[in-house]
Amino acid sequence: MTYRSSAVASLAALADPTRREIFERVAAKPRAVGELARGLPVSRPAVSQHLKVLKEACLVREVAEGTRRIYHIDPRGIGAMREWLDRHWRGALAAFQAFADAEHDKEQNG
Amino acid sequence: MSIAPVKCSVEVKAPAARAFDLFAKNMGAWWPRGKTPGGRPHADLVVEPRPEGRWFERDAEGRETPWGKVIAWEPPRRLVLGWQLDHQFRYDARLLMEVEILFQSLDGGGTRVSLEHRNLEQLGTEAEGFAVKVRSGWPERLQNFADAAARN
Repeated sequence: MTYRSSAVASLAALADPTRREIFERVAAKPRAVGELARGLPVSRPAVSQHLKVLKEACLVREVAEGTRRIYHIDPRGIGAMREWLDRHWRGALAAFQAFADAEHDKEQNG
Repeated sequence: MSIAPVKCSVEVKAPAARAFDLFAKNMGAWWPRGKTPGGRPHADLVVEPRPEGRWFERDAEGRETPWGKVIAWEPPRRLVLGWQLDHQFRYDARLLMEVEILFQSLDGGGTRVSLEHRNLEQLGTEAEGFAVKVRSGWPERLQNFADAAARN
């Protein structure tokens, strides 16, 4: 998967508010599905389904601990999202730098 | 928790106060025409100089299109803007991503301009389209800024 397509998949996976809530819970602390479902207004199978989508988007990964599967944040998906934003702002600041320096030079020479 | 913010920085020759002004008060000078939420080319991009100030574009006929708001206005050191545009670059008051820009004086008179973009989780809203738009839009936009600056 390219950075580009995985960034898009990651962002799309977070479009759903319940899924985002689950993602934020995983991010706060690695947990099993039962613990993630506690306090959420959706069924445990629904949480499992959201976790599947998050997994496919490389936002979470599961780690086996005995018979339990613990969900952790997957740095790959987050990396892809940050990648495109990073490029966007690098470009923005480079443009600002060019503008600001040209203005500064004009003022110095004027 | 949130996703770690995006951070980047550049150094400019101007002192901090001037760099702050160029960034915040001259946005319309470098932002390319036709690459904004408004239906017509912008005549100006306004960042009102106060917390809760508006951030909007204005076209040649005086029509205004909102972009977001000012969260912190602390010249010459710090500016925080709230970005409230959705994936189609339409205003959506429910969105509020923070973009913090810091201006740090350097030995020799210049300024380091550091930017941090946070609350990335909010990008989830109709994220696919947003990602595509932003990705294709920004590099070109910044190149336009650089070109405009070079012509001046």
